[in-house]
Amino acid sequence: MTHATLAHPPQAASSAPRGAPCLIARQLTVGYSGEPIVADVSVDLCAGESLALVGINGSGKSTLLRTIVGLLPALSGSLTIFGQIPGATPRRIAYLGQARAASFILPLRAIDVVGMGCFPRRGLFGRITLEDRAQVRAAMATMGVAHLADAPLRTLSGGQQQRVYLAQVLVQQADLLVLDEPTAGLDAGGRVVYLDAMQAELARGAALITATHDIQEAAACTQAMLLSRRVVAQGPGHAVLTPEALLETFGVVITMTDRQLGVAVVEREHGHSHKA
Amino acid sequence: MDWWLTPFLSNAFMQRALLAGVLVALSSAVVGTFVVLRGLAFIGDALSHGVLPGIAVALLVGIPGIVGAAVGALLMIGGISLITNRSRLSSDTAIGLLFVGMLALGVVIVSRSTSFSGDLVRVLFGEILGISPASVITQMVSTLVVVVTATICARPFLLLCFSPEQAQVMGFSSRRYHNLMLALIALTVIVSFQTVGTLLVFGMLLAPASSGALLARRIGAMIAWAALLGSAAVYLGLLISYHFNTAAGSTIVLSSTLIFFVIFAVQNLRARPAPRMEAPQP
Repeated sequence: MTHATLAHPPQAASSAPRGAPCLIARQLTVGYSGEPIVADVSVDLCAGESLALVGINGSGKSTLLRTIVGLLPALSGSLTIFGQIPGATPRRIAYLGQARAASFILPLRAIDVVGMGCFPRRGLFGRITLEDRAQVRAAMATMGVAHLADAPLRTLSGGQQQRVYLAQVLVQQADLLVLDEPTAGLDAGGRVVYLDAMQAELARGAALITATHDIQEAAACTQAMLLSRRVVAQGPGHAVLTPEALLETFGVVITMTDRQLGVAVVEREHGHSHKA
Repeated sequence: MDWWLTPFLSNAFMQRALLAGVLVALSSAVVGTFVVLRGLAFIGDALSHGVLPGIAVALLVGIPGIVGAAVGALLMIGGISLITNRSRLSSDTAIGLLFVGMLALGVVIVSRSTSFSGDLVRVLFGEILGISPASVITQMVSTLVVVVTATICARPFLLLCFSPEQAQVMGFSSRRYHNLMLALIALTVIVSFQTVGTLLVFGMLLAPASSGALLARRIGAMIAWAALLGSAAVYLGLLISYHFNTAAGSTIVLSSTLIFFVIFAVQNLRARPAPRMEAPQP
């Protein structure tokens, strides 16, 4: 197990101090109803940094994300988000889960879905201001769905819906973005738009945690964590995603064309049982 | 024109029936929309039947039926969450189990007393034509509570329909607002049993909201359509019942169901998927 230190990665400005801590986990165990799925997770994430969780289905990525946003209680260890227990700071966290709305019946327009992103800061009674509405339009434009504003959600394709959900994340102007497979269903254009949007979010000081199958995206993150029902490797994105670690995580041989890590991961359900 | 208006202009009982019916329709439009969108139809059905033993016991010991109905609804919801939380059974199973149990209990209690069968019909099918002014006022207060609560909780209720997890992460406790939603369903069912009856209140919850779902593109519009079509069904049902001497509550619910099928048929005959799809302009 390579527990690389959480030192600042070389591609970031080397002399810059780290931002304020967003997330601190120590010997954290996550799982469902007493059954651990991933144990001994220790990680720090500061403002402006990104953390990629990489692993096959069932490796514990979503479980870890759901624990971070407070949907699941931690089984043991400690986890603080902005110095508080998970779920205590809803206005500072934006979450994109994998569960999707039953959109075929729900009478909602795309703009209504994005507008929900204003609810955390406005609460039950706060007025939705002109500024809020402008932000909703801007987020939809950023994700390239401004022209779909009045379209019913159910008439949109899966990729278009994903862009709408990502616009909802952007509207929240959160300090910590927690995204579960954000590029699922996105076409090449959507992926580029998403990566640009995340660069902008990081630049304004937000932190990002993303569960992804996109090795290239993960390699560009400040930190990456390879999960296979345990932490296989952890450290700066480009340093962690070695062929050996990927082999242990995915159980498949991945051909690396060059040091750019221009690879697509072929996923296998039972890869984690592989003993490399 | 006489045929359409005179029954209401010349009979105080018809006016009270219309007022009470429209109040039920408004309350059911709000609550029914969330029942349809969140797939709570079965729990609504169970509640509307589960209150029966409560009402029966209340009538036996001589306290207001509405109190018995409230106790029945509380037992129902409590029992469902107990079974769902403490066993591996799904909530569907828990609901079904309590639903038949409570319904059977109600009938057993009623069958024990021979003088009671007339009351049973009244409880099941309502007595909208004989509704007292006091009951109309109760209905008015209840409808007001439902509308005000739903207005206050508009954002969390919308989020619950979209994704309970998203509601939770955005700081609106999904358990709290889910329970509040159940409470509004229960309130609507309990209070409405005097007008349309326990068997039929479920029809008022479901049919107008389903029609609204066919027509609307936004949740607010869906509630508005449900309120409008539900009120129209009340008016139409009372009118038909007056002229043709049919059971008023059942005629109202039948009208409401027929309206749904008319809209459904028209939309399908026009060969357009429901609801209207407008190609967005890029």
